[in-house]
Amino acid sequence: MSFDTKENTPGTVPANGHSDTTPEARPLLIAIAGNPNAGKTTLFNALTGLRQKVANYPGVTVERKEGNWKFDPGRPAARLIDLPGLYSLDATSLDERLAREVLTGRLPGLPKPDLIIAVVDATNLERNLYLVTQLIEYNIPVVIALTMVDLAEKRDLKIDVEKLRSMLRIPVVRVRTREKTGLSEITEAVRGVILEEREADAFWIGNAGIDASQQADEIHLSLSDDEAANRQIFARYKFISDVYQASVGTFDTERANFSEKIDKILTHRFFGLLILIAILLLVFQTIFTWAALPMDLLDQGFGALGETARASMPEGILTDLVVDGIIAGVGGVLVFLPQILLLFLFISILEDTGYMARAAFLLDKLMSRVGLHGKAFLPLMSSFACAIPGIMATRTIENKRDRLATILIAPFMSCSARLPVYALMIAAFFAGQTVFGFISVGAVLMLAMYSLGIAVAIAVAFLLKKTILKSPPPPFVMELPPYRIPNLRTVIQNMLTRAWLFLKRAGTVILAISIILWALMYFPRSQAPVADESTAARVQLENSFAGRLGQTIEPVISPLGYDWKIGVAIIASFAAREVLVSTLSIIYNVGEEENEESPTLIGAIRGAHDSGGAKVWTPLTALSLMVFFVLAMQCMSTLAVVRRETNSWGWPIFMFVYMTVIAYAAAFATFQGGKLLGFS
Amino acid sequence: MEKIKVLTLADVAAGTKAKVLRVSGSGPVPKRLMEMGIVPGVWIRVVKSAPFGDPIEVRLRGYSLAMRRNEAESIEVTE
Repeated sequence: MSFDTKENTPGTVPANGHSDTTPEARPLLIAIAGNPNAGKTTLFNALTGLRQKVANYPGVTVERKEGNWKFDPGRPAARLIDLPGLYSLDATSLDERLAREVLTGRLPGLPKPDLIIAVVDATNLERNLYLVTQLIEYNIPVVIALTMVDLAEKRDLKIDVEKLRSMLRIPVVRVRTREKTGLSEITEAVRGVILEEREADAFWIGNAGIDASQQADEIHLSLSDDEAANRQIFARYKFISDVYQASVGTFDTERANFSEKIDKILTHRFFGLLILIAILLLVFQTIFTWAALPMDLLDQGFGALGETARASMPEGILTDLVVDGIIAGVGGVLVFLPQILLLFLFISILEDTGYMARAAFLLDKLMSRVGLHGKAFLPLMSSFACAIPGIMATRTIENKRDRLATILIAPFMSCSARLPVYALMIAAFFAGQTVFGFISVGAVLMLAMYSLGIAVAIAVAFLLKKTILKSPPPPFVMELPPYRIPNLRTVIQNMLTRAWLFLKRAGTVILAISIILWALMYFPRSQAPVADESTAARVQLENSFAGRLGQTIEPVISPLGYDWKIGVAIIASFAAREVLVSTLSIIYNVGEEENEESPTLIGAIRGAHDSGGAKVWTPLTALSLMVFFVLAMQCMSTLAVVRRETNSWGWPIFMFVYMTVIAYAAAFATFQGGKLLGFS
Repeated sequence: MEKIKVLTLADVAAGTKAKVLRVSGSGPVPKRLMEMGIVPGVWIRVVKSAPFGDPIEVRLRGYSLAMRRNEAESIEVTE
């Protein structure tokens, strides 16, 4: 604890945070705290079962897991909260700061916890106990749940629990959460503390047992804050060493353990990188192949839903709004849910096994060349599926500027919404062509588009870190946790939690944007008599606000090779990129059920002529459009998430402007440069 | 008595151990290093460096920690 939180020293805080309220007035609040990877979440799950919910802490986007725990049959269930993993209470990252706020009762809407269950990894006792020494100083009753004891014993670390208990002066219980043993003992220990209304036995480890307030003042007068804080850290570790020596005895830092053996290969200078690339390829390959079938089914499902809705509702604006606006718009995004779920599944597995930290370790040097943190790897990788979860994953980056730089370049990673656009363009203009006789042009172009996004992201990150986000090289101090077999339940739960947050965030915005865009294409209503339904749709679109807007911006986009119809499709695709395909289908009169592999849409695009009889689309137009889609900020949901994560309108606006300007310039260069070189 | 030779953790060869004398500098980074258990008297083994020479992996108190050479330079050790 540092001295800026002096109000929490034992002398100034009433024993037990709730002394001003009766314990019966509200359910007890019990917090689970511990180092990352100590087994907090597994214990939380074991204690609460399915009675839990995930929400966000007010004002910040850190997830808060809360559940009900019936620890005593005669009392109402306690509220159990699972705090983010943390190493100390003085920390700087968003997660860690938040945990401290909760423990000190300073978070609005949440009382100070009545008890803390400190989860301590027995294989890593010393560093895990550091947090415990701080928790003890916080004057809240603490019960230790000692996990991974069996793993420790395999390493010949015999822990004398009784000794630990007497030296720390708090209950210590062995738990084996996977086998669910020790749960009744932990319940017993908690009940003992609560029912006996035992006061927290706080003692000031940091100042080695001398009266806290007095000691603090003396140190304050004679030493700088830094030195005082350092002395506290040393004193805590001195205490821990004493506890460790008395309760364990052996020091086992020497023997190469299981994880170190695996790392001989996985973080090998040469093979490590190869394996990383192979894992990434495998993940993406699996995402795209496994997701294909459920995506088709979802697509058909929404189509059927739309038809059913149209058939069962009276004809009119309301039906059009529901079918063409809401079902088509929201459905168009929900179709990507299988890919996003799979991506989250793989990320959860990679995190839970401990590999993600190795990936950051392997890539940090490369990333730091452009001023990014090794931890930016995970967000950027996620962004290949969707920038929204990617941006949400930047929270682990402590430095605000590093985090912003990562957020600002994340949308350059080609997300899955761009795939339908690439696929349509390639199918229409480059199908069946090869280079050197055996490599398909389509594959080359696909790779080129992904690479272009990455290259521009690197360049922009470099520029940002040299200019507006200039900061000293970010610190990189990161634990490489031991490899573990992932816990299935935790992995699935992580995946579902993230997917749900994605749906909630994206869903609301996409709904709103879908309705606005639908209205732009629906109004004003065209009255002209028309021959058939699909011509009616085309005439309607031409005369709608969106159509007129397309015609207005035609002079701006014609240097890129686009006519006003493509302009309309681009405007529509600012809601979500894949909307380009369905909008082109409407414009070219081929019906709304077409997809990117549909021969009619491809034929219509190839055959489109302008009023002068010249072809609208050439391979060069297609290339220019692909380049535009790689770089432009065409995703309202992403902007909405950036607004939330940065808590400002300035950054999303900046992001929108700079990305669109770069996209325009690059598409301009592609089209005009291509023409100069004699391509068409 | 022979004077002890002071190096930084960044100078310690992979596979060798060193004893921490102090963490120099101030601010959140040295503090985080100390909170992670790098305090005077503790033994640290340098395990390896990452493919491009940076960061490095060290082992102390039974766990593995990665840090950049930049951070390792602020840790004064003796072999």
